[in-house]
Amino acid sequence: MVYLELFLIFAQVGLFGFGGGYACIPLIQSKVVDQYHWLSMGEFGDLISISQMTPGPIVINTATFVGTRIGGPWGAVVATLGSVLPSIIIVSVIAYFYKKYKHTSFVNDTMVIIHPVVAGLIGSAAFSLLMLSVFGSSSILSLDFPDFIAMSLSAVGFIVLRKFKLSPITVMLLTGAAGLALYYVFSII
Amino acid sequence: MKVAVKKYLSLFLSMLQLSAFTFGGGYVIVTLMRSKFVNKLHWLTEDEMLDYTAIAQAAPGAVAVNASILVGNRLGGAAGVFVAVLGTVLPPFAILSVLSYGYAVVQNNQVVQWVLQGMQAGVAAVVADVTVSLVLPYLRDKKYRSLFVILLTFILVAFFEVNIVFVLLGAFVIALLLTAIRNKKDGRA
Repeated sequence: MVYLELFLIFAQVGLFGFGGGYACIPLIQSKVVDQYHWLSMGEFGDLISISQMTPGPIVINTATFVGTRIGGPWGAVVATLGSVLPSIIIVSVIAYFYKKYKHTSFVNDTMVIIHPVVAGLIGSAAFSLLMLSVFGSSSILSLDFPDFIAMSLSAVGFIVLRKFKLSPITVMLLTGAAGLALYYVFSII
Repeated sequence: MKVAVKKYLSLFLSMLQLSAFTFGGGYVIVTLMRSKFVNKLHWLTEDEMLDYTAIAQAAPGAVAVNASILVGNRLGGAAGVFVAVLGTVLPPFAILSVLSYGYAVVQNNQVVQWVLQGMQAGVAAVVADVTVSLVLPYLRDKKYRSLFVILLTFILVAFFEVNIVFVLLGAFVIALLLTAIRNKKDGRA
């Protein structure tokens, strides 16, 4: 019963995939490539590179891709459903308790201490996205020659966001279009 | 009744739009949700969004899905969760369903590559802008302890590459202890 198998495997990935994104790639690989042979290692590598080029969480991308390969459109639906179901159950329970106790001073005081941690985490995400965009790697240990086009696009995007309060999606569309134009021009001169 | 339908539709379309632009991991959708639900629609407060970011990151599963569950639950209970998750999952589901039949066209396409590089630079700017918005109030109010926590978190994650889940769980434990100690002191006084 391939549908049930798809559902259960991706439910496991959804359940044990802490930390999001790249942190759960080894777990997905061990199930999908090593254990069930649904994809070859080469295909899995392709899938990761496609995931970087398309929007959405890697877990959902993998579930849809593998589901379609193994069980057609319904396989994709079942695998994707499996990958989000643990989150829906667990996070809904957390949301219930959060709502219930949010207004108590205990939870409120605790969350006030957590807020700067979240700000620091978002700051580190900004840092690694900048490194990835400008130096082609998010690790400070392996840096390429800086990409000056990306650097200027980030700088201009940042100024535009702060000064003119454009919506983030507008800025992303603009830098995407500017990227296409600039990289093209610099590739022919 | 009509108002409720309109709200669910708006939630669904918002998540659909944000998810379609989530390149570069869970923090990107969290920052996009902040600009949409906190700054534009005023459905959530800044503090709630920070709480949701911490919970979404610490819970198992994809950050984007977890955050959409929290926002959906807050705005419309179980139906809100369903609508928000559907909106979040559909864009990657649709794209990967198509690409699973043949991805070579996209993978080695120079035009796609250039647009993505431009958008990546834009994403970095978006997350950097949010970081500045989050840190500024602490600077303005001269909350040095919070600023220290921000810096410490940033250094741990960006330079020492400590797993985000450990950072958050550690922070939760410390925050709970601090709050408990403070409450006990206040009780005696």
